[in-house]
Amino acid sequence: MKNKVTLTIDGETVTVPAGTTLRAACDLVGHPVPTLCWHENLTAANACRACVVELKGSRTLVASCSREAEEGMDVRTNSERVLNSRKVVAELLLSTSKSELAPDLLSLAQTAAADPDRFSGGATWEQPVLDDNNLYVRDLSRCILCYRCVEACGDDAQNTFAISVAGRGFEAHIDAGFGRALPESDCVYCGNCVAVCPTGALIGKTEWTLRQEGQWVDDNITVTETVCSYCGVGCQLNLHVLDNRIVKVTSPMDHPVTHGMLCVKGRYGYEFVQIEDK
Amino acid sequence: MFGSGGGTSSYEDFHRTAFIFLVGSNAAEAHPIMFHHMMKGVHNGAELVVVDPRTTLTTKKAHEHLRIAVGSDIALVNAMAHVIIRDGLYHQEFVEHATENFDAFKEHVRDWTPERAAAITGISAARIEAVARRYALAPSAMIAWTLGITEHHNAVDNVRALINLALLCGNVGRPGAGLNPLRGQNNVQGGGDMGALPGRLPGFQDLTDAEVRERFEQAWGVAINPEPGYDQTQMFEAIADGRLKGLLVIGENPVQSDANARHVRSLLQKLDALVVQDIFLTATAEMADVVLPASVSFAESEGTYTNSERRVQRVRPARKAPGEARDDLWILQSLARTMGYDWPIQNAEAIFDEMRHLTILYRGMTYARLEQLHGMQWPVPDETHPGSPILHERLWQEETGPKAPFAVVDWDPPVEQATPEFPFLLTTGRRLPFYNTGVQSNVYDHPHNVGEWMEMHPSDAQRLGIEDGEVVAVQSARGRVEVPIHYSDAVRAGTVFMTLHFPDQVMTNDLTIDATDPKSGTAEFKAAAVRIDRIAMAGRSGRKEV
Repeated sequence: MKNKVTLTIDGETVTVPAGTTLRAACDLVGHPVPTLCWHENLTAANACRACVVELKGSRTLVASCSREAEEGMDVRTNSERVLNSRKVVAELLLSTSKSELAPDLLSLAQTAAADPDRFSGGATWEQPVLDDNNLYVRDLSRCILCYRCVEACGDDAQNTFAISVAGRGFEAHIDAGFGRALPESDCVYCGNCVAVCPTGALIGKTEWTLRQEGQWVDDNITVTETVCSYCGVGCQLNLHVLDNRIVKVTSPMDHPVTHGMLCVKGRYGYEFVQIEDK
Repeated sequence: MFGSGGGTSSYEDFHRTAFIFLVGSNAAEAHPIMFHHMMKGVHNGAELVVVDPRTTLTTKKAHEHLRIAVGSDIALVNAMAHVIIRDGLYHQEFVEHATENFDAFKEHVRDWTPERAAAITGISAARIEAVARRYALAPSAMIAWTLGITEHHNAVDNVRALINLALLCGNVGRPGAGLNPLRGQNNVQGGGDMGALPGRLPGFQDLTDAEVRERFEQAWGVAINPEPGYDQTQMFEAIADGRLKGLLVIGENPVQSDANARHVRSLLQKLDALVVQDIFLTATAEMADVVLPASVSFAESEGTYTNSERRVQRVRPARKAPGEARDDLWILQSLARTMGYDWPIQNAEAIFDEMRHLTILYRGMTYARLEQLHGMQWPVPDETHPGSPILHERLWQEETGPKAPFAVVDWDPPVEQATPEFPFLLTTGRRLPFYNTGVQSNVYDHPHNVGEWMEMHPSDAQRLGIEDGEVVAVQSARGRVEVPIHYSDAVRAGTVFMTLHFPDQVMTNDLTIDATDPKSGTAEFKAAAVRIDRIAMAGRSGRKEV
């Protein structure tokens, strides 16, 4: 097998290592494709179709996040067919989910010139807000079924396998097993699903509450890089602070220790810092 | 044994190894993000073998779980070495080139047949043979351990037995192969790095070496006492016999976190002066003559932590500390000034710079480089050095430098064994959402926070007529607690398990034994003989009366 393959993207010839995805190759030549479900630290789930490109000789558009580059491929990232497909993907998602906490979806909609009302009035399925513990909230009305949370909970990071997609069609939703509340499920509250959720469907309880109360103001939040104070693994923590109060903890996706993932103590175990009587 | 105390590999080495031998560690609960790295290795094809007396979230992910008797690790590991040598599976070239004392070691483990180890560990000879062979035949193997190895009275021997195993198969100093203690606390590595050990100066430099002292004396402008200080065990001895009268405790809660806690409490009461510097009024702080309120290191002050892969990373203040709480550094400098020393008030970076110029391991680290590179792994001898993901690569080079010695270590059972009076062996550990004495972890609102319980095998519980959930009395030679029983197949019959997480509810360390390893000073938290009794029915009904 050859170590390198040469292909054409929007008329430009590019040579990439074998095994490179079309998405990565498009990045390399400076013609990035939009993505929603794809995530740098997760296995591509091939779910959202935002990243499709046109491949000469292929009957259908192909998902660039998972399709590997092959010798001689002729790829177009901006053909009319591609642009139209992206637009419809955005319009369909906008018709079924709330998007104000989904920057990637909003930006896809904008670049694709999507009409948010195109499919309004169609049948929809009411999705509930599941507020069953004090660490994070599941607002399924924002979920686009991108599978990122499922992969982070599974073998891409946490290896807990507490959640999966259940049901079909309108009834498809992320479930902790038999419709159980989280405290009765296998969930260990690492919040790695929250960390990779692109739409705010999974959101820290503190952030969710502050947003409900209108007190979450991005401009007033500082982010400070530090290191967790629990075990000796040394996870970088980014502390999001509002009015001298830690309101959220994340870790950078490119950090060599965490790859963006934390445990329950690192992500949620910070309240001791700010109890008054300490 | 290798000169400086630190894991020899990087976390990434778990991704590219063929075999992970995890001993005395429940990484999935106690070091969850480390376990992510291990599972990446497993998904890449590595075999995971876990040695633990309990069934845990970690053992459930293992290809093989060796559920050994508490404290029998050396018997297991020596028998593995026996098999590997007997069958000629060891890395002859590496052993000859890079190690010493092999002949004595070989002679010693000749007696450690798998059959002998089987009787001690409870693992069959056939399984020991098979695991030994798979370990030896793996092209690369990582060994990692935690407190199941080090919280024993023979902790250092436990570690040396594991080092023997790695040396035997050349599993050190190359990618995907190494020896890795998973540090239990955020900066226990950094504390050791900085010389918070009685006989060491920063960078593990030997205090008793006159040349080393001279360099520090020149920089600091004071004479350094050439006598090593006390470790914690020695401090307690010195308090007991009146040689030590004052104690400054910084960020520790020994009244709850140390084994045989009642004894610790009685010792601290003997002091003329106890000063506690902490973020909370802990049980230890409540006993203090003076409490110095400190800011929270990771969220309210500047500095660095060093992690289990020797990565030094920056810590920064994200918020203002409340009330009169002050930075640890400021407190120490002010104490010195109050005592008449003319210390300038310097910031963390200035002190780091002073330290690194005296410490080759850290010399090439600047705050700017640490920031830019997501931290750096020591040694970093100069400011162009990229850091050291793997230690001891020299063992594979033509010039090995000092050779790595095999150690002759023998199995020695835990100090306390089950007896007719105390028929159960209590072992301790952590549960995922909580941490140590709960000072940090009992504050946030975790859905599974239901306090402490004792894991007991159902067959034991039923024999004693104890119901699932029943509160029982647990007694050791040192103390007594009451705790609810939880039926659990996770422990072997005869062994029970508790954590230290809820000392205000259940003071587990009133039970544990303070038998300590003379070399490491660590107590045998993992094995205490206890008796378990139902609480007298009269007492129970008495409490129920309204």
